[in-house]
Amino acid sequence: MISKIYNILFFLCLGLLQTQAQNNAMKLVKGGSYIPLYGVDTVLVKVPSFFMDVYPVTNQDYVQFVKDNPKWKKSKVIQLFAEENYLRHWQNDEEIGVENLPVEPVVNISWFAANAYCECQGKRLPSIDEWEYVAMANEKMADARKLKSYNEFILAWYEKPKPKNNPIGSTFKNYWGIYDLHGLVWEWTSDFNSVLVSGESRKDVDTDTNLFCGSAAIGATDLMNYAAFMRYAIRGSLKANYVMKNLGFRCVKTADTIKNK
Amino acid sequence: MFALLAFVSACGDKKTEKSVEDSSKIAVYTEMEAELTAPPNVPAPVGNRVAKKLKVNMEILEEEGEMTDGVKYVYWTFGGSVPGSFIRTRVGDEVEFHLKNHPDNKLPHNIDLHAVTGPGGGATSSFVAPGHEAQFSFKVLNPGLYVYHCATAPVGMHIANGMYGLILVEPEGGLPKVDKEYYVMQGDFYTKGENGERGLQPFDMQKAVDEDADYVVFNGKVGSMTGDNALTAKVGETIRLFVGNGGPNLVSSFHVIGEIFDVVRVEGGSLENKNVQTTLIPAGGAAIVEFKVDVPGTFILVDHSIFRAFNKGALAMLKVEGEENKGIYSGKEKEGIYHPEGGAIQTMPQGKKVPAEVASSLKEKIAFGKTSYMQTCFACHQAEGQGIPGAFPPLAKSDYLNADVDRAIDIILNGKTGEIKVNGQTYNSVMTRQNLTDEEVANVLTYVYNSWGNSKKTVTATMVKNRRNGGH
Repeated sequence: MISKIYNILFFLCLGLLQTQAQNNAMKLVKGGSYIPLYGVDTVLVKVPSFFMDVYPVTNQDYVQFVKDNPKWKKSKVIQLFAEENYLRHWQNDEEIGVENLPVEPVVNISWFAANAYCECQGKRLPSIDEWEYVAMANEKMADARKLKSYNEFILAWYEKPKPKNNPIGSTFKNYWGIYDLHGLVWEWTSDFNSVLVSGESRKDVDTDTNLFCGSAAIGATDLMNYAAFMRYAIRGSLKANYVMKNLGFRCVKTADTIKNK
Repeated sequence: MFALLAFVSACGDKKTEKSVEDSSKIAVYTEMEAELTAPPNVPAPVGNRVAKKLKVNMEILEEEGEMTDGVKYVYWTFGGSVPGSFIRTRVGDEVEFHLKNHPDNKLPHNIDLHAVTGPGGGATSSFVAPGHEAQFSFKVLNPGLYVYHCATAPVGMHIANGMYGLILVEPEGGLPKVDKEYYVMQGDFYTKGENGERGLQPFDMQKAVDEDADYVVFNGKVGSMTGDNALTAKVGETIRLFVGNGGPNLVSSFHVIGEIFDVVRVEGGSLENKNVQTTLIPAGGAAIVEFKVDVPGTFILVDHSIFRAFNKGALAMLKVEGEENKGIYSGKEKEGIYHPEGGAIQTMPQGKKVPAEVASSLKEKIAFGKTSYMQTCFACHQAEGQGIPGAFPPLAKSDYLNADVDRAIDIILNGKTGEIKVNGQTYNSVMTRQNLTDEEVANVLTYVYNSWGNSKKTVTATMVKNRRNGGH
């Protein structure tokens, strides 16, 4: 329903042509299947091939976007689509201020804003499955989730509050050639609230067998699941007009549409 | 909870039934902001006040703190302390709870208060993303001392990082008056490095799953209530401790060395037990203990699963000042030789003793010394001579030790009481005299001086003998 409202009201995108720079910075992620946290062993989720931005969207990218689309300036934005802390860290509508780096991921962005941005680039937000699929990779392997070092890296970041200014590209380049999926900021997904972590996590374990089937819940002791749990928890705590200091985004494009062009 | 009450009333206990029924109907009058305190302090008693609408503003902060000297840890906290802020209410209060997740935080959180009657104890209604605030209300129906904690996935990790605290629900008219009240809460911590390993230590999930704690502490860190931070009281005062256990895993055998609890409000509920030595506090549970301090001195609070106290940090101090009362406790009156054979034999039975092996080289001295150390000194001064911060001074790189060999010998021979300063830290505890031979004292000191960055002195049996004979 939310996306319907969005489409009616906001699919008016003035910056549609300013997309070339971003397109060049995408990498192909070859499709496949994977078992998400909430699945059972026999349920593999298929992920078709797609292109993903190499880096999260930066402050400087987003400045350009609000210049082209003034209704997304922080003084103009409608609260229904972005709560009051939207772009709070920026100095004003078009200047990020000295505290922030142009090449840092843009944060304090709502789902509506992120979604609009991607659509204006002729792209879209990744689904949870796409995001999780590409984020299973470390430098060398497409699925590194069983490696202790991979999980420790992720968990170490989750545990650390108060992130400092970190430019894009400051974490590792993964198997697909994509940077910063772990260790910089949380990232929006298109269907972030489709898997409901209700907030009462223990209840989820007991009753929602789709989400945490019995064996997964009981066996959810390894680091891999804990890291994923935390991502699902943060997604579950969000609403589409929420913004957070640690939450940015990047865009994707279905592989076929690019091939066809 | 209602099922239980129904059962009670079915037993025909009319009084219980009545009072419970009443508490949900107690009218609230004015509104007030709840006083929140960081441990070991508690807010003022409710006294005779009427039930009110009580606003609780609690902020969640993820921040780096110190587990023990040189060991850092990122704590997740309710109100900036571990345990979180103490909340004090009375039966019938309507609590309006505002849970605020600081924008700098990385993770969503919530709160489950065991004092809440309702699904999830408030957890479902309080789930809140960083930079946001959640509000919910509840009426406190049952008097008692309750744990609250975070219940966001992964639940164990949120608790293990310090997200727990206590909420007290006083009966109408309040708890009986006492002179001093304190807030003490135990928790177990799991770090990647072993106990004492320096630097910023991340949480270790595997150890937590295995329940293999590196630290078991009161109020979030080693030495939170020792030395200058010790709890204090005066002779003759009655002390009430609100003791909680956040876990996540371990059950506490809570004991105060040298005291007997006059009253224990068992599990924080209405059952009163009298004259208790050690009370069991489950993870996610609490107890209220009360005792009158009759004599001065330092009383040590421990988890009597005793290795936790002396090796993992579950140790706190209550310093009581005032007049001695020899009728209750004499102190050491006399020290003499004990003869199992009776008084006729006047010398120590040394003749029967197998002569001790005498070390023939420095290497042997150190080896023998190490054996004595592990038998005699290790429990307090620890395997690497690091001591226990706030309780037992370090021997590793110790300025106090290296400054004066004779003093070191004297301490082993005669014991040591009172305040000393070691590497800038003040210690005030007791070391008893050690029953070692001159040879053993020489070896153990030589071992200590030749370990852990000390001055590499060699101590001989003759030096020890001289000190024993009066220090010439």
